[in-house]
Amino acid sequence: MKTSKLSTIWNKFIPLLALVALIVVVTILNPSFIDPANIMNLLRQISINGLIAFGMTFVILTGGIDLSVGSILALTSALSAGMMVAGVDPILAIIIGTILGAVFGALNGLLIAKGKLAPFIVTLATMTIFRGLTLVYTGGKPITGLGDSYAFQLFGKGYFLGIPVPAVTMILAFIILWFMLHKMAFGRKTYALGGNEKAALISGIKVDRVKVMIYSISGMMAGLAGMILTSRLNSAQPTAGQAYEMDAIAAVVIGGTSLAGGKGRIAGTFIGVLIIGILNNAMNLLGISSFYQQVVKGVVILIAVLLDRKKS
Amino acid sequence: MQILMENIHKAFGANKVLEGVNFELEPGEIHALMGENGAGKSTLMNILTGLFHQDQGKITIDGKETKFSDSKQAEEAGLAFIRQELNIWPQMTVLENLFIGKEKRNALGVLKEKEMKTLADDVFKRLNISIPLNKEAGKCSVGEQQMIEIAKALMLDAEVIIMDEPTAALTDREIRMLFKIMKELTATGVSLVYISHRMEENFEMCDRITVMRDGVSVATSFIKDTSFDEIVKQMVGRELEDRYPERNPKYGETVMEVKGLTRAGVFEDIHFSIKEGEILGVSGLMGAGRTEIMRALFGIDPYDRGEIIMNGKPISIKNPSSAAKQGLAFITEDRKDEGLVLDFSIRENIALTNLESFAPNGVVKEKDEKQFVNMMVERLKVKTASHETKAGNLSGGNQQKVVIAKWVGTSPKVLIMDEPTRGIDVGAKREIYNLMNELTERGLAIIMVSSDLPEVLGMSDRILVIHEGKISGELSKEEATQEKIMTFATGGN
Repeated sequence: MKTSKLSTIWNKFIPLLALVALIVVVTILNPSFIDPANIMNLLRQISINGLIAFGMTFVILTGGIDLSVGSILALTSALSAGMMVAGVDPILAIIIGTILGAVFGALNGLLIAKGKLAPFIVTLATMTIFRGLTLVYTGGKPITGLGDSYAFQLFGKGYFLGIPVPAVTMILAFIILWFMLHKMAFGRKTYALGGNEKAALISGIKVDRVKVMIYSISGMMAGLAGMILTSRLNSAQPTAGQAYEMDAIAAVVIGGTSLAGGKGRIAGTFIGVLIIGILNNAMNLLGISSFYQQVVKGVVILIAVLLDRKKS
Repeated sequence: MQILMENIHKAFGANKVLEGVNFELEPGEIHALMGENGAGKSTLMNILTGLFHQDQGKITIDGKETKFSDSKQAEEAGLAFIRQELNIWPQMTVLENLFIGKEKRNALGVLKEKEMKTLADDVFKRLNISIPLNKEAGKCSVGEQQMIEIAKALMLDAEVIIMDEPTAALTDREIRMLFKIMKELTATGVSLVYISHRMEENFEMCDRITVMRDGVSVATSFIKDTSFDEIVKQMVGRELEDRYPERNPKYGETVMEVKGLTRAGVFEDIHFSIKEGEILGVSGLMGAGRTEIMRALFGIDPYDRGEIIMNGKPISIKNPSSAAKQGLAFITEDRKDEGLVLDFSIRENIALTNLESFAPNGVVKEKDEKQFVNMMVERLKVKTASHETKAGNLSGGNQQKVVIAKWVGTSPKVLIMDEPTRGIDVGAKREIYNLMNELTERGLAIIMVSSDLPEVLGMSDRILVIHEGKISGELSKEEATQEKIMTFATGGN
């Protein structure tokens, strides 16, 4: 009994230990890594993947997957940019864009829950559909001329108390989602659904409703990330967000959440996001070719999964 | 094959599971191995068949000390272990299952279908069973799947077959057939270790019985020299008054009425009512539609027509959530698959049905939750060091108590219990029966579906018998006997 308890604690901290080790190694190799300016830069870089990965954590905890997040990001980005060009107040456009993300996510959830379809298939299809709609809407060209609203610029590029606003947004989102997952009935239902869907249903949990909620959260986070990207680029790119789902899934997995569902923590995902972000950042600092960066990222994912398998 | 196990010890970490077990098996013998859950029966058999290795003690087979390095070696030596959870690949055919991992193939690796078919036909003939070889194994009944496992064992020329709770999921007819096959096997010199909680079966089928308690073997006796009471005493280490507590039901109002409930092809025109404080037993053969009726009542499966009336008002049940709101609770027959989230702690499992009450605004009030869980754990006497223990690590009896706690905590009006004591040891059974009594004294109505006839007779105030989806008979406690129930259950009058 005691040994198993010890090993679960150990397992919980593996991602954290890996993160600390990574920071130490990178700092030794290049001390400029821990310059405050670089840290702030890093935080801004990871904010988009962070938001998407937080939403993805809920989805993966239920044993599902959401491949459509990158396309939702692009579509909401294009739609809100279009609104701004048409003269809609930028703040309103950001809010509507985020809500649209939730609506697209809800569509995924409805198809999965009510249609009893596999999440992989549904979101694979909607990934293509949303991307196609983005291309149709933008005509395949970037949308520019979004105006010079100060608030809108601030959203992607500004600082709040010296911290990049996107990072502040990410941290706020993390706190809210952490609270939902660990302190609210909704979080308990999420884990129950992933652990044993039949038992959850028979326990009187409205499984369909929870699923729709979860995919809405995932879509909403993708929409929010889309708004940040739109502001940072001051435009909407039709090909934005491609393969973002992969980085998000990787962060969730590195953070120790089981793809089979039921087991995992959103704090782990945060660590996973940091690990991927630091790897990218550090390899750039060290002048490693981006070709090698991909190899390294893949190896890290494999190691994470191997460690995860040891657990069970 | 003659087997002698002497003074077997085994510990997993600090957890001593076996502390000196003796067990012997003669050729052609059926030897019952009995004991409460956790007594160490499965561990002992896993040691015999090479999955685990003993820390101390020795195993002698046909006069030679033997230690199998793994289960494959034991299998080759002629020992087969048919586990409670059957080793069936549901998507594959019966034939593929029979030869899984041992396919016959030629030098190029191409499967020799014909040869395998002939071999399979032979063994099925020997067992006198007829399951189409190309049938998907998942579509076979549990009884048929068990036969597949026995056939697999025979094809390995097994001389010893260990069966762990083989009858738990079988219909009465299938049990009869299994028993016949067992007798035939022993006539050819095969010996059987028979692990079952059903005392009647052990006494009917076995030559000798070894009782285990807390990791030691208490006694080995010839069946003809012992008695039910003697065995129970050995198992629990104390005298057990009666197997069923006395019931003095006091009925209140009619709480639930079901009229003409029908689902085409599954059950038809189900009528019954139940009063506060009553235990309504539902009996019938496996596959008669008992569980399906209960699942429909609880909104898990749909029904085509019919009316459900609670406290005089017709209600509509769309899903389990609405059923629970109407005052129904459902303890399913399969607690691992449908009753519990095994990765959840005891606390989280018990709280799952009550989340709304601890989290009126969505935020879980952890203090309320803990208090409630403490109360339920104490009330149901769940034996555990901590409420944070994962449900998956509990014994069967304790798991069942957690499932019951989940639902009793919702203060239902009607509690449906499907096979409430399946696979549970004598002591825990008695506790569950006492709890049923206590709950009905407080006015709860219980619908108890059970395949265990003595249990149905011992606990029910009234008995419904289902045959092929219809109610074939209703018996009061006074008039009910095993024979009458079986007559109705098999379609007689």
